[in-house]
Amino acid sequence: MILIHCPYCDEKRPEIEFVYGGEAHIARPADPATMNDAAWERYLFIRNNPRGRHHERWRHSHGCGRFFNAVRDTVTDRFETTYKAGEPRR
Amino acid sequence: MSGYRLANGGRIDRGVRRRFTFDGRPFEGFSGDTLASALLAGGVQLFGRSFKYHRPRGVLGAGSEEPNALISVNRGPGRFTPNLRATGIEVYEGLAATSQNRWPSLRFDLAAINDRLGMFFPAGFYNKTFMWPRSFWETLYEPAIRRMAGLGNPPTEEDRDHYAATYAHCECLVIGAGPAGIEAALEAASTGKRVILVDEQDEAGGGAMSDPALWPWLERSIATLAGAPNVTLLTRTTAFGYYHDNFIGAIERLTDHLADIGKGPRERLWRIRAGEVILAQGAIERPLVFDGNDTPGVMLASAARTFALRHGVAVGRSVALMATHDSGWRDIVAMAKAGVGVCAVIDARTNVSNDVQAEAKALGIPVHLGQCVIGVKGRHAVQAIEVASTDGSRRRTIACDALLMAGGWTPTVHLWSHARGSLAWRDALGAYVPETCSEIVRCVGACAGTWDFGAGGLINTLPSPKPSHRARAFVDFQNDVTAKDIRLAVQEGFRSIEHIKRYTTTGMATDQGKTSNLNGLRIASDALARPVTDIGLTTFRPPYTPQSFGALAGRAQGPLFQPTRKTPIDGWAEEHGAVFELVAQWRRARYFPKPGEDMHVAVNRECRMVRQAVGIFDASTLGKIEVVGPDAAEFLNRMYTNPWKSLEPGRCRYGLLLREDGFITDDGVSARLDDDRFHLTTTTGGATRVLNMMEDYLQTEWPDLDVWLTSITEQYAVIALQGPMARKVLEPLVEGIDLSPGAFPHMAIRAGRICGIPTRLFRVSFTGELGFEINVPTAFGRALWERLMAEGQHHGITPYGTEAMHVLRAEKGFIIVGQDTDGTVTPYDAGLGWAVGTKKKDFVGKRSLARPDIVAPGRKQLVGLMTDDPNLVLEEGAQIVADPKQAVPMTMLGHVTSSYWSETLGRSIALALVAGGHGRTGETLYIPMPDRAHSVKVCSRLFHDAEGARLNV
Ligand SMILES: [Zn+2]
Repeated sequence: MILIHCPYCDEKRPEIEFVYGGEAHIARPADPATMNDAAWERYLFIRNNPRGRHHERWRHSHGCGRFFNAVRDTVTDRFETTYKAGEPRR
Repeated sequence: MSGYRLANGGRIDRGVRRRFTFDGRPFEGFSGDTLASALLAGGVQLFGRSFKYHRPRGVLGAGSEEPNALISVNRGPGRFTPNLRATGIEVYEGLAATSQNRWPSLRFDLAAINDRLGMFFPAGFYNKTFMWPRSFWETLYEPAIRRMAGLGNPPTEEDRDHYAATYAHCECLVIGAGPAGIEAALEAASTGKRVILVDEQDEAGGGAMSDPALWPWLERSIATLAGAPNVTLLTRTTAFGYYHDNFIGAIERLTDHLADIGKGPRERLWRIRAGEVILAQGAIERPLVFDGNDTPGVMLASAARTFALRHGVAVGRSVALMATHDSGWRDIVAMAKAGVGVCAVIDARTNVSNDVQAEAKALGIPVHLGQCVIGVKGRHAVQAIEVASTDGSRRRTIACDALLMAGGWTPTVHLWSHARGSLAWRDALGAYVPETCSEIVRCVGACAGTWDFGAGGLINTLPSPKPSHRARAFVDFQNDVTAKDIRLAVQEGFRSIEHIKRYTTTGMATDQGKTSNLNGLRIASDALARPVTDIGLTTFRPPYTPQSFGALAGRAQGPLFQPTRKTPIDGWAEEHGAVFELVAQWRRARYFPKPGEDMHVAVNRECRMVRQAVGIFDASTLGKIEVVGPDAAEFLNRMYTNPWKSLEPGRCRYGLLLREDGFITDDGVSARLDDDRFHLTTTTGGATRVLNMMEDYLQTEWPDLDVWLTSITEQYAVIALQGPMARKVLEPLVEGIDLSPGAFPHMAIRAGRICGIPTRLFRVSFTGELGFEINVPTAFGRALWERLMAEGQHHGITPYGTEAMHVLRAEKGFIIVGQDTDGTVTPYDAGLGWAVGTKKKDFVGKRSLARPDIVAPGRKQLVGLMTDDPNLVLEEGAQIVADPKQAVPMTMLGHVTSSYWSETLGRSIALALVAGGHGRTGETLYIPMPDRAHSVKVCSRLFHDAEGARLNV
């Protein structure tokens, strides 16, 4: 079981306290109504599937309840870093 | 020597006798014996029948690598365990062990005919032979194969044991208590670290237990460890899996070795998080591959040494050794010195060093170099071996009753592989050894490939003058895979070891190929004429050895498997004979049958009473979220499809929640308590999902909104009063709320008191009748329910369950999210377009409602169905077609989502998702069923009181 560092609790906690939340840094468009179908499709469905560094969202559901961002290597399943929501991409 | 028990020596306690049975026959052993050593001491060589060919099999190893001697142990009702290795079963007084996979008896097994038919069971025979016709698989082939091939029988009764679990943390976890592991543990312990040392055997020591010269050191070391407060020594504990971040699963067997199991747990699951892991798992000796190498009495040299020096048992009276590695010579010399009769040492090599040979020759053991065993005589036990020079000359027979194999060593890298450590091939060892790993872990001793066993071990398939296609030379003993099978797989075009493994099933038995993988790999490499490193390596996965499900499940079984959530009114429902159903994790009353009533009669009565008088319903399971803050209305306006800012305090609104892709995910009635405070309700099953979704948007998309979300699901009991008499029941109990229709209209909320209890009183209806939902603090739920029951007696108050609730709502065409929707239904598909605030600039899912596929015609839409036969209740999930006479496969238009007998209408009703359904009103469609096709007419979903007159009273 992976240990994940929650940037809000500032503690490494077991994976079962967390829930995965999909790819990170995909902001909901400010005005969806103005977007054409192709752009909306990209926002809604198209995701990166890299071999290696992946920016993703996690939530400390059974802890502080906060969403945060992480960089995880999809080959080794190792967390490189975690950081608070709203902080720039690492 | 009495029988096969050596006169002295070993770590057994000859003062403590253990009586046991094997296949009903009585035997005797000593404390410290395994079932294998005690049976060998009793002269037993035949332990079981093989998986596919039912060939007689003996013991190959002395530890957890044992592939052949699989045994069932019966400890009475609910305590039957199959497929235990005889080499790991400790003998206790009264042990009842049986052999497996034979009928009618171990010595005379009818299915051994499979062995004579061996030529018909080549590699991949399951795939090849029984391809056609397909139906024969289920009726003929599979049952036959299942009867003939297999391991022990599964238990037929529920497990009566219980199992414990614990967490542990340490700076240093050492796995394997052989000499290397003990040294590592001593070193770590001396620095003050918390150390856990685990070993699967009953005693720490590993290989040292088979070497009396090391016993004084062993005794001192174990005493030091036992006396160190920072060391935990766990024997009978198998580290079965290595998971992320040095998280190790281990199972400790607590009672399997005891005559009296007492009342404690049978096993304990340890979840250990370690700063550093030191793997000291040792190495497993490799068998040699030659004709007849599976005959009972043929075993690993190291195993025979263990039986002799640890258990005081000779595996034969006249023992021969076939070696390609020096270690076998050392083992047989040690055995000869302990009193085992040795008749020959044969080595395929001609260049065995003089040092190695000297001791054997000094003991007068005949030595044959440059020669190999090419055959074994004897079916149930070795009687003699055929030996020839590697060029085929000098062929002759040597009489013996046991043959030992010394084919070199394979480092045990299982846990290293679980941790995704990489491996490097070492030509000198003819084996893979640990290389690098991203965990904090290191390997010590033999599992790292460092050992002092000597040289050799590079020839695992012995050269033979016999035609190789006639040889029964086994590679995987447990799955009955021969060298010929692997060569055949290569001949048929398989190249990768992963494919060869699956085609031949080598390495796929319960032992995961502990003794067979390397031999299989080398034979494949040879057949392909490519280096071993080119054809890959199969992956080891947890568990290292088979573990019991009981230990993994622990306490999480039966009612503790997952919690059953109960409302405060659950006890009342139980006392009044409710029949329950599970909804998500909630236990809900489904209906309340009176004596003599079945479900149909009870539900009809409950429905009738709601429409005629008043029903009372426990709605406490509804999800409830309190939304508070200056931006609460703005937040809900962005989340839900409909407008919320205009909702006045004291009023309720039906809210429809979409996912961003435009599909319905939840619904519920919510109330504005104040400018900055809302009381939301969600579906029973959707409560967690909705709160998570709202938190997600609030935290990550709109962190600027000042809003707080709190789950209040379990803070409130909710009692629904529904029916024309509902107000009459409430009136005398409520204080501070004017219940008159003008003051308290439909879809309103009031705060006040009921029976003195503070309440949030909703005027809402999920039945189409005058209705109230009374929210009170959970602790008062049952008291209020009982008070309402008493007050309602003279109004005909009737408790109703979820089944009547479903019927009543269907009569009004109200949807149940998850039943009438399936995650691909938009508000328009569901006929809920009225709940979409089209004038709102944005809300979650709005843009998706304009996606090309969602505005396209022909989408499945929710409609009502009425069967032409009013007494016929359709099956939920049944498919709908336009023409029942069309060819199969038919074009399906949709399916029935809800279907009930409507007592109110005196006929059946149904809801269905039908392609283009909203434009089909009045059309006749068909539901094909096995006996006939039922005709139905598409209609409005509003079956009852379409104008809603019953609400406005
Ligand atoms: Zn946290």
